[in-house]
Amino acid sequence: MKRLMTAACALAMGLGVSAAEAQEGELTLCWAAWDPANALQELGKDFTQKTGIEMNYEFVPWTSFADRFLNELNSQGKLCDLMIGDSQWLGLGAEFGHYVQLNDFFEQEGISMDDFLPAGVYNYATWPKGSENYWALPAMGDAVGYVYRKDWFAMPEIREAFQAEYGRELAPPETWDELLETAKFFQGREIDGQTRYGIALYTERGSEGITMGVTNALYAWDVEYDNPDQPYEMEGYFNSEAAVEALEAYKELYECCTPPGHSDAYMVDNLDAYKSGQTAMQMNFFAFFPGIAKDEAVGGEVSGFFVNPSAKTEASVLGGQGISVVSYSDNKDDALEYIKWFAQPDVQQRWWDLGGYSVHKAVLEDPGFVDSQPFAGQFLEAMSNVRDFWQEPTYAELLQSMQRHMHDYIVADQGTAQEALDATIEDWDFTFESVGKK
Amino acid sequence: MNAPDHPDTVRAAEAAPPPPPRRRGLSDRALAWVFIAPVIALLLAINIFPLLWNIWLSFTNYRANRPGMDVRGMGTGNYERLLGQDDVWESLQHTAHFVTWSLFFQVVIGFALAWLINKQFRGSGLWTTLIVLPMMLSPAVVGTFWTYLYQPQVGIFNAIVGFFTGSTHFSMIADRDLAPWAIVLVDTWMWTPFVMLICLAGLRSVPQDLYEAAEIDGASPLRQFVTITLPMVLPFLMLAVLFRGIENFKMFDMVVELTSGGPGSVTELANIFLKREAFEKWRTGYAAALAVILFVTVFGFANIYVKAWNTVKQR
Repeated sequence: MKRLMTAACALAMGLGVSAAEAQEGELTLCWAAWDPANALQELGKDFTQKTGIEMNYEFVPWTSFADRFLNELNSQGKLCDLMIGDSQWLGLGAEFGHYVQLNDFFEQEGISMDDFLPAGVYNYATWPKGSENYWALPAMGDAVGYVYRKDWFAMPEIREAFQAEYGRELAPPETWDELLETAKFFQGREIDGQTRYGIALYTERGSEGITMGVTNALYAWDVEYDNPDQPYEMEGYFNSEAAVEALEAYKELYECCTPPGHSDAYMVDNLDAYKSGQTAMQMNFFAFFPGIAKDEAVGGEVSGFFVNPSAKTEASVLGGQGISVVSYSDNKDDALEYIKWFAQPDVQQRWWDLGGYSVHKAVLEDPGFVDSQPFAGQFLEAMSNVRDFWQEPTYAELLQSMQRHMHDYIVADQGTAQEALDATIEDWDFTFESVGKK
Repeated sequence: MNAPDHPDTVRAAEAAPPPPPRRRGLSDRALAWVFIAPVIALLLAINIFPLLWNIWLSFTNYRANRPGMDVRGMGTGNYERLLGQDDVWESLQHTAHFVTWSLFFQVVIGFALAWLINKQFRGSGLWTTLIVLPMMLSPAVVGTFWTYLYQPQVGIFNAIVGFFTGSTHFSMIADRDLAPWAIVLVDTWMWTPFVMLICLAGLRSVPQDLYEAAEIDGASPLRQFVTITLPMVLPFLMLAVLFRGIENFKMFDMVVELTSGGPGSVTELANIFLKREAFEKWRTGYAAALAVILFVTVFGFANIYVKAWNTVKQR
């Protein structure tokens, strides 16, 4: 019996050793489950081949992405060595010690932030904003753009009808007025024997959907969150006349021109609505556009792309993320090795080729870049004027307040735009006061 | 007083039974404690301690996502803010609407179904099985399943309503006025069978000779129902209401799947609101105060109700 116990212990110890050995030289990268994640997985094979470090991936659907990984960070979990977290998480990651500060590492390895698009560095890497404290390497540039049915826009009878109704050529909208007109024109229209609708918008209530949608209008109306000279003073800025106009425009677009029941829709719902031929246009992140361009039903010449239409200014909603090293990781050195590898221009080029979105100047400033994809020009245009939601450590609290009040006004038709904005400011004031920022 | 060697004293000593031999090991009382102690420890660890901890948190500004933060006492600050916030009252109103109407429909339809099934017609067993199927599903699955039924373009439910009303843009869960009823409908579909089963047990426990005696006395079916059936089944019915009332007050998963609390916040029940405050906004102390309020509410209502139920049972 004693011999048997000894043998069992030895076996167990042996297994333990092998398990420990197996964990060496392995990294887990955490991100959302979407098209670019597949491209990154493909790209990661090059890293493994070069360094021998195995890559594991933890990809979570967008609807539970923030819940899952913010819990992981808050509980100081060791699951993720590398985290591609939302741009809004930077304040939280930096102030609560979830992310490793990368300044010394960048300096030591000769990684210069000047090699990346300034907007990408500002939004995906720094905290406090505009400082030279780097908590991430810009990894996935992204913004909200629009896709339209190029084939429908080209139909002579459609063009004629549009000309007759609006007195101008049917073309991708450049202003919010044009967007509204175009969406209204397609709403309920019969094309190829089927009823079509105007546009698939972001209206989702649970995570961040309607906020990402509404801010397309707010930014186009040049709305600021707060007084640039007096941070956190929001009265007269976030609830300005322009903000009210923007919000009313978004509500009008939702009410007149979305498919029936499009009241809780985000990225995937918009893709579904567009790909199934329900809508003439869809709002979505550029990250999905390679998938659309390759899609059998709507790819090739069927779809065209345009940037967020302007109202008072040209601006786009920021998407995308930076890649950070999680401070609770036991494999920080290997994780930094990945960052070093990923920052190289040739890797960045391959990243773009595979369907990821590099913001490395070597890729973006290449003369062939604009023609490399049907949406590359629009991507560059959008990235040059992106704006982001609060990146405060309390961003989740700020986001949930906005989600509630925007959904109440736009989808549930409660109150006025002014009331929705005022109520949001009231909640935000409470949040900033409770953390001592006001 | 007798001297120790008095003959009476000696006789009494001889008559008294010898003291029981001292047993080795644990006494019965100690043995009982040994068996009960683990259960009590477990109860303290997983029920009482978290409850007390939650109550303590409710008086602080604690946020679970801020390691090392300076936790300050807030006095009754969290409670004051909660009770003065419209959002909280709205979520409680939404909960009250959901609990009241879903209970009403479940009791009425559940009792009616039990009444029919109790007639033991041909195939009643099969019908019983079919009727109880929904309650065997997971609430999250039911929520997801019904979002498809409610889907305006391909959903069967909306197609049926559209057929009768002629509406092509009808959507139960996207409409501010209809969405609260959409969740009541799904909960009623899922849990009416539970009420039916309990009522059926009650109906089958009524002695048949009571009805025979009533018939001999010439009582009409309505009179029999009011004076025999209803009083006999009432304790069962009240038990079903208690179970379903507590469960519906705790409702979360099915509604999250169906509407995420929307449109806007018209279906944001108290527990969804609580989850958002606690695990999305990370206002832990504040959410703990709301949890205490909800706990006291349910506990209070349940206690009053159980007293009423005992009174009915004893009649």
